[in-house]
Amino acid sequence: MAAKKVDSLYKKRSDGRKMDEIRPIAAKVGVVPSADGSAMFETGGTRAIAVVRGPRVLHPQNKRNPQKGILRVSYGMMPFSVWDRIRPGPSRRSEEISKVSEWALDAVVDLDAFPNTVVDVFIQIPQADAGTRVAGLNAAAMALAHAGIPMKEMVSAMAVGKADKTIIVDVDKDEEDFHDGEGATDIPMAITSRTKKITLLQLDGKISTEELKTAIEMGKKACGDVLEVQMKALKEANTEDKE
Amino acid sequence: MEKEKRQLVIPGETIVSGNSFLPGESTYRDGEDVVAAKFGISEVTDKQVRVIPVSGAYFPRRGNTVIGTVIDVTFNGWLIDFGGSANAFLSLNEVHRYVNRNELNDFLDIGDSAVVKVWDVKAKGIDVSMKMRGFGKIEGGMLFKVNPNKVPRVIGREGSMVKLIRGATGVNMTVGQNGVVWIKADNIEKELSAKKIVEFVVANATMSGLTEKTESYIKELGLEIGEKAEIIEEDTDKDEAKEDKK
Amino acid sequence: MSNHIMPTLQKKRIIEHITSGKRFDGRKMDEFRDIVVEKAISKNAESAISLKLGKTHVYAGVKMAVTTPYPDSQDEGTFMTTAELHPMASSRFDIGRPGIEAIELARVIDRGIRESGFIDFKKLCIKEGEKVYQVFLDIIAINDDGNLFDAAGIAALIALGQARLPVYNEETEKIEHEFSKNPLPLNKEALSFNTTFHKIGNQIVIDPSVEEQAVSDFRLGIAIGEGNKKCRITAMQKGKEGAIDTEDMEKILNLTEEVYSKKYAEIKKLVFD
Repeated sequence: MAAKKVDSLYKKRSDGRKMDEIRPIAAKVGVVPSADGSAMFETGGTRAIAVVRGPRVLHPQNKRNPQKGILRVSYGMMPFSVWDRIRPGPSRRSEEISKVSEWALDAVVDLDAFPNTVVDVFIQIPQADAGTRVAGLNAAAMALAHAGIPMKEMVSAMAVGKADKTIIVDVDKDEEDFHDGEGATDIPMAITSRTKKITLLQLDGKISTEELKTAIEMGKKACGDVLEVQMKALKEANTEDKE
Repeated sequence: MEKEKRQLVIPGETIVSGNSFLPGESTYRDGEDVVAAKFGISEVTDKQVRVIPVSGAYFPRRGNTVIGTVIDVTFNGWLIDFGGSANAFLSLNEVHRYVNRNELNDFLDIGDSAVVKVWDVKAKGIDVSMKMRGFGKIEGGMLFKVNPNKVPRVIGREGSMVKLIRGATGVNMTVGQNGVVWIKADNIEKELSAKKIVEFVVANATMSGLTEKTESYIKELGLEIGEKAEIIEEDTDKDEAKEDKK
Repeated sequence: MSNHIMPTLQKKRIIEHITSGKRFDGRKMDEFRDIVVEKAISKNAESAISLKLGKTHVYAGVKMAVTTPYPDSQDEGTFMTTAELHPMASSRFDIGRPGIEAIELARVIDRGIRESGFIDFKKLCIKEGEKVYQVFLDIIAINDDGNLFDAAGIAALIALGQARLPVYNEETEKIEHEFSKNPLPLNKEALSFNTTFHKIGNQIVIDPSVEEQAVSDFRLGIAIGEGNKKCRITAMQKGKEGAIDTEDMEKILNLTEEVYSKKYAEIKKLVFD
C-alpha cells in the first residue's frame, strides 16, 4: 500500500527513499561458529547480531519451569554503536527491549519439549541508525531457526512511523529526530510469517487511528519483504558451521 | 506430488497441501497445509511429511548413542554431561557389571568419559544405560565435536563411513549422535589423520558422491583404503608404552 | 556444556600430543592462526573494528568525549578500557557483571597501552587543567575459539590506530557531531602487542585453542615492541598456578624474539594502514 498524498512538511526523505521503501537489507546465518544458532541482520546503517545457546540446563534451579523450556532474550548495544558511548552492561532501556523482544519471539517458539531448560538469545548491536530492536528481532528469529528450535512460524519486524503527516516505512535516525509539524512517531512492530499476527507493537509519538491503520498495513507489507531476506539467508546457509 | 520431495524449509512454510498428507516430525497441520515447525530439509515419503534439521543443537532421542563426561557422582548413579539440553542420569542398575554402592567413583569418576545409550527422555531428565555390548567407559584416545546434524554422514550407511575411516587409519572410533567423536589409535599420527577425514566428511556432508570424495581425500593424505587395517580394541595402553619407548 | 568439566582422557591426550610435538589442529607450537581484520564497522565511532584470529572473533571500538583532567596530570587526556567476555561468545561466560577473566583482560590491555606510551596523552589536552579528551576503548568477545587475550590485545591496537578525533568547537567548548580527519595522536614506535605463551606438557605453545589453554600449567603474556630495531618487552603478566623454571623462561624469551621478527611488521601494518 502506498502512502496517501497528504500535505506534509516531510516531503522528501534525506536518503532519497520512497515513503514506503525500506533501506537496503543484508542477512546471514552462522556468524558465530561456537553457538547453536546465529545470524546477522542489517538495514541501512543498523546492524544486529543474534546468538542462540540452548536448550541448556537452567541455573539457578528455582527459575526452572517443569512444564516447558524458558526463552530468555538479552538485548544490548555495543559501546561504540552510537554517537554517545554506551556503558557496557544492562540498562533500563536494554532490559525493557529484552523483555518485549522476548514476548515477540515467545509467541512463535515452542519449548514444550524441553522442560527445565533455557534457550538464551543474545542480541547485540554493533552499529545503530534507528530500528535496532526490529533488526535485533529479525536476526534473533533467524538465529532461533538456525539453532533448530521448534517454531510455529517466523517473525519479521520493521519500524514504521510518521514524520509530520507523512507515513514512512523503516524510520532512520534523522527521521526519528524530525521535529517540525506533528513531529516524529515511531512504531516498531513484529509480524508472524504465516498467520500475520502482531507480536511486538510499540508507539512513541502522535497518530490518528486512521493513520495507524495505514501504518500497520504498510508495516505488514514491509515485514513480508524482510521475511524474503530472512528465508533466503537461511536457505543459503552454510550449515557446516556449528561445532 | 506422489514422489519424495526434499527441499529446505523455514518454520511456518507450507511443505505440501492436501488432507491425504500426514504431518510427521517437526511439522503440523494448518487447514489443508502441512507446515514446517523447524528449519531443515522437508521429506515426503508415502504421504508422510517430516522435517530433518540441518543445523543447531543436539536433541536427545530414545535409542541414541551419545558420548559424555561424568560431572557428578550421586548415591545411586552418575550424572553425565553430553552437551545436550539436560544432563543424563546413569543409574547404578544400568551398568554392565556389579558396582558396589560405596565405590561408585572407582568405576566412573568425575571427568571420566563413557559411551551410553539414551533409553528414556522425560520431563525430569534423560536416563541412559551402558548395559548393552559396545557401551561403557572409554579410556585413552581423543574426543572432538562435530555438527550433530552431520553425524549420519560421518557414520555412513550401515556404518560404512566409519569402516572406511577405520580401515584407512587403523583407529578405533565411536561416533555419538550428540556430535562427539572418540578416536583412539596406537599412535598420534593415525588419530590426527582420522580426525582430518571426519572433518572432511562433515565439511562436504551435503555433497553427492561423498564416499568417493572421501576415498580420494584419504589417498591425498597418503593413506590406503583397506578394510584389513588393524583395529585396536583393547590393551592400547601397552601399545602406547611401546610407542613411548621408541 | 553446563559444568565445563573437561574429560580426563582429553586432558591427557592433549598433553601427550603436545609433548610429542603435535597439536590437534595440526599447527606448529609457535604458529599463530591467520588474522583477518574488518575496519569501520560502526559509522558512529571514532573507530570500530572486527578481528578474527582463526575462529576467535572480537570487536574493538574507540569513543571519545571531553572531560576535566585528573588532578595529578592536568595537561593529559584520560583513557579507559573495558572488555566484555559476552555470553554470546562462549557457554563458559555468564550474563551479568564481568568476571575476573574480563577484568584481568581489560587491565592487562589498559596497562600495556598506557605504560608503553602508545597514546600521546599530552596531545589530548585541550586546555590545561580544564579540558582534555577522554578516550574509551571497548572490547567485546563475539566468538571464543581460544586465545581471546591476544586477539583482544591486537584488536585494541588496531582500533586505536584507526581512530580519528571528533571535531572540537572552541567557541562552545564542546565536541561537534562529526569526525575530523586528524588521527588519534599515537607514538607509532611505542607499538607493542601482547603474545601469550602457554606451558603445556614439556612445550611452550602460542595461540592456544580453548582446550589447550584449559590444560596449560601457566601462561605468560608478553607485550612485544621494538626499540633500537630490536625486540623490546614493555609489559608482562604471568597467569595460572604453574611456576616458570629457568629453562621455560629461556625458551619463552627466545620465542619472544621469534614472534617479534615474524609478527611485528604484520601487526604494525594492520594498526596503521
